[in-house]
Amino acid sequence: MTALGLHRFQFAFTITYHYLFPQLTMGLALVLVVLKLLAYFTRDADYDVAARFWTKLLGVAFIMGVVTGIPMEFQFGTNWARFSRIAGGVIGQTLAMEGVFAFFLESSVLYLVLFQEQKLGRRLHLAATIALCTGTWLSGFFITCTNAFMQHPQGYVQDAQGVIHLTSFSALLLNPWAWVQYAHTMVGATITGSFTVAAVSAFYLLQERDRQVAQKMLKAAVLVGTVAACVAAFPTGDQQAKLVHRYQPEAFAAMEGHFHTEVGAGLTLVGQPNVEQLRIDNPIRIPWMLSFLTHQRWDSEIKGLTEFPRERWPDNIPLLYYAYHVMAGLGSLFIGLMGLSSFLLYRRRLFQTRGVLWLLMLAFPLPFIANTAGWLTAELGRQPWLVHDVLRTRDGSSENVSSGSTLFSLLGFMGLYAMLSMLFFLLVTRLLQRGLGERQAA
Amino acid sequence: MAELWFWLLALVLGVYAVLDGFDFGVGMLHFVVAKTPAERDTLLRSIGPVWDGNEVWLIAAGGTLFAAFPALYAAAFSGFYLPLMLVLWLLLFRGLGVELRHQIDHPLWHQAWDVAFSAASALLALFFGAALGNLVRGLPLNESGSFFEPLWTDFRVGELTGILDWFTLLVGLTATAALAQHGALWLVLKTSAEIQRRAERIARRSWPLLVVLTLLTTLASGAVQPQLLTNLSRYPLGLVCPLVAFAGLLGMRVFLARSAQRAFLASCAFVLGLVGSAAFAIFPHALSARVPGRELTLEAAAADAGTLQVMLCWWLPGMALAAAYSYFIYSRLPKVFATGGEEH
Repeated sequence: MTALGLHRFQFAFTITYHYLFPQLTMGLALVLVVLKLLAYFTRDADYDVAARFWTKLLGVAFIMGVVTGIPMEFQFGTNWARFSRIAGGVIGQTLAMEGVFAFFLESSVLYLVLFQEQKLGRRLHLAATIALCTGTWLSGFFITCTNAFMQHPQGYVQDAQGVIHLTSFSALLLNPWAWVQYAHTMVGATITGSFTVAAVSAFYLLQERDRQVAQKMLKAAVLVGTVAACVAAFPTGDQQAKLVHRYQPEAFAAMEGHFHTEVGAGLTLVGQPNVEQLRIDNPIRIPWMLSFLTHQRWDSEIKGLTEFPRERWPDNIPLLYYAYHVMAGLGSLFIGLMGLSSFLLYRRRLFQTRGVLWLLMLAFPLPFIANTAGWLTAELGRQPWLVHDVLRTRDGSSENVSSGSTLFSLLGFMGLYAMLSMLFFLLVTRLLQRGLGERQAA
Repeated sequence: MAELWFWLLALVLGVYAVLDGFDFGVGMLHFVVAKTPAERDTLLRSIGPVWDGNEVWLIAAGGTLFAAFPALYAAAFSGFYLPLMLVLWLLLFRGLGVELRHQIDHPLWHQAWDVAFSAASALLALFFGAALGNLVRGLPLNESGSFFEPLWTDFRVGELTGILDWFTLLVGLTATAALAQHGALWLVLKTSAEIQRRAERIARRSWPLLVVLTLLTTLASGAVQPQLLTNLSRYPLGLVCPLVAFAGLLGMRVFLARSAQRAFLASCAFVLGLVGSAAFAIFPHALSARVPGRELTLEAAAADAGTLQVMLCWWLPGMALAAAYSYFIYSRLPKVFATGGEEH
C-alpha cells in the first residue's frame, strides 16, 4: 500500500472504531435522560433501577470513547499535515470549540453522574445527566460541522498559496449541510441507543429475569426507537440525499449505482456494481423510483456517472455503493422491526411474543453497522476530495512521514483496539450477568 | 495578535502541565507511596474525579494550536510522528488504568492496571519533558519548513538530532522529577495518615535532586539555545518566567512543613514557570531550527488576523466557562481516606 493509502486507511480505521462508542454514548445519554425524567416525575423506583444500570454501561462506553477519541484530533496534524496547514484556520475552529464547549462540560459532570447520585440528590443528579447529554450532543455538532465544511465548504476564500481563510464564522456554523447531517447523525445515534436498550431488555425478558424493570425499559426503547427509525428515513435521510444530489452529483450517482443518464430512472435495491463495464450486475430495481424520490416526478431525468469527468469520480465506487445500500437497507429494516414492536406493544402482546423479542435481542449490532455504513457513504462520497472541490485527498497527507512509520502506527492501533474490544466485551458481559436487580447506588 | 495567541497557548499548556502533571506524579509514585492494593485504590480515588477533566486541557490546547497556528500544528505534529503515537498509546493506557481498575474486584486485574497506570504516567512525563526539550533546542527544519525526527540518532545535539539526545533526556528527567514532586505534594494535600506521611517524606528527600536537575537544565538550555540569552536582554519582562519557577521551587520546600496547600501551590507555580520559561526560549519563533534562518516565525505559523480575532470572541468566554467548571470541581473535591470514606 502507498504512503497515501496507509494514511487514509489509518484514519478510516481509527475513526470507524472510535465512532462505535460515541454513537452509543450519545444515544444512551438521551435514553438515560428519558429514564431519569420518567423516574423523577412518576416517582417509580423501577426507572431509577434502569437508569443506574445504563449509567454503569455508559461509563464503560464513555471511557472507550475518550481513549480512542484523542488520537483523532492528533491525526489531522500527524498524518494530514498539508491539509492541516491549508485548512486549519477553518476546521481547527470547530475542533477547538468541541474541546472548549463540549469536553470540559462532559468531563466535569461525568464523575458526578457515575458516582455521586446519593450525594447530589434526585434533582441535581437529573441536572448532571442532562448536562452530560448536552455535552455529548454538542460534541457531535462540532464534529459534524467540521465534516460539513469538508463536504460543502462555506464562508471561506482561498489565497494564492492555496491556504483557506475563514471569511464568515456564521456561514461555517450555519452551513445547511452541517444541520441536515447533524440531524441525520444524531437520529442514527438515537437508534443505536434505543436498539441497545431494547436488546438488553429483550435478553432479560427471554430469560424471565428482572421482568418488571425490563418491560418498562423495553417500552421506553421501542417508543424512542420507532420515532428515531422513521425520522432517520424521513425527513433527515431524504434531505441528506437531496443535498448530496445537489452538491455532489457524482457521489449521488455512484451511491445509487446509476451509471447512465435516464429519464424515469429506477431505484436499484440489490446488485453488484461493475465499474469496468459501467453497469449493475444482477440488478433488482423499482422502476421510476429514483426519479420520484429525487424530484417527486416519475419522469424526471437523473444524471448518470458517465456525465461527469472521470477525475471527479469517487475512487472506490463499489464500496460507496455497498455502504449506502447497507445503510438504507438496514434503515428500512429498523422501521419494520420497530413498527412491528410498537404494534405489539399497543396490542399488549409484545412482552409475550418471544419471536419478536429474539429479533430485538439479535438486532443489537445492526445500528452500529448502519451508522458505520452511513459515515462510509459520506466519506467515500466526498472522495477524491478532502475539501470538496477545493483540495484533493492526495494533496493533503504528510509528505514527511514515511509509509513505514505509518504502518508502524497503524499496526499499533490495530493491536490496541483489538485489546480494547476484548476489555469492552468482558466488562459489558459482566454487567449484563449481574442484571438489573441490584438496588445499589454508588 | 499572533503573539497574544502564542502566550494564551503557552498558558493553556502550562495549566495542562500543572493539572495533569499531578496525575502523572501520583501515577509515578503509585507503587512507592502506596504499599497495599487498598492504598493504591486510595491514590486513584484522589485523582479519579479530576483526571479526565485535566486531560481535556490537552485537547483544548491541541485544538487551539490547530486553529490559531495551522502551520505550526502541521509541521510539529507530523515531525514528531513517532513520539506522538507513543504518547497517544500511553494516554490510552493511563486512562484505562484509572477507569477500569475498579470495574472488577480481582487481585490480578488490579495489579495489571496498577502497572499500566504507573508506567504510562512515568513515561508520559518523560516524553512530554523531552518534547519541551526538543522545542527549546530547535528542530531539524528543512527549507520547506517541515522535518521528521527519528526517536534517537547519536544522542548528541547536532544538526540532525533525534527526539532523544542528552539535552532532551535531561529535560525529560527534570520534568519527571518535577511532576513526581508535584504529585507527592498533591498527595500530602489530599490524603491522610500513612500515605500522607510517605508522600511528605518523598517530597522532602527528593527536593535536592530536583534543585540540581533544574539548575543543570537551566545551564544546559542557555548553552544549547543561545536565543534564550538574547531574549533576556531584549525582553527583560520575560525574566518573570524563570523567577516564578525558582520562587516555586523554594516555596515548595519552605511551606512543606507548614502548609500542604501552600506547598502544592508553590509546586503549581514551579511547573507553570518551567513551561513559561520554555515558551520564552522559543519566542518570538513558533518553531526554533537547528540551522539558523530556517525558523518558523509566529507570523508565518499563525492563521490570518481576521480568523485570530474571530476566534478570540468565542475562545475567551469558552475558556472562562471551562475554568469555572474546573474551579467548581476542585473547590468541592474532598480529601480521600484509606478506609474508603470521604469527607468534605
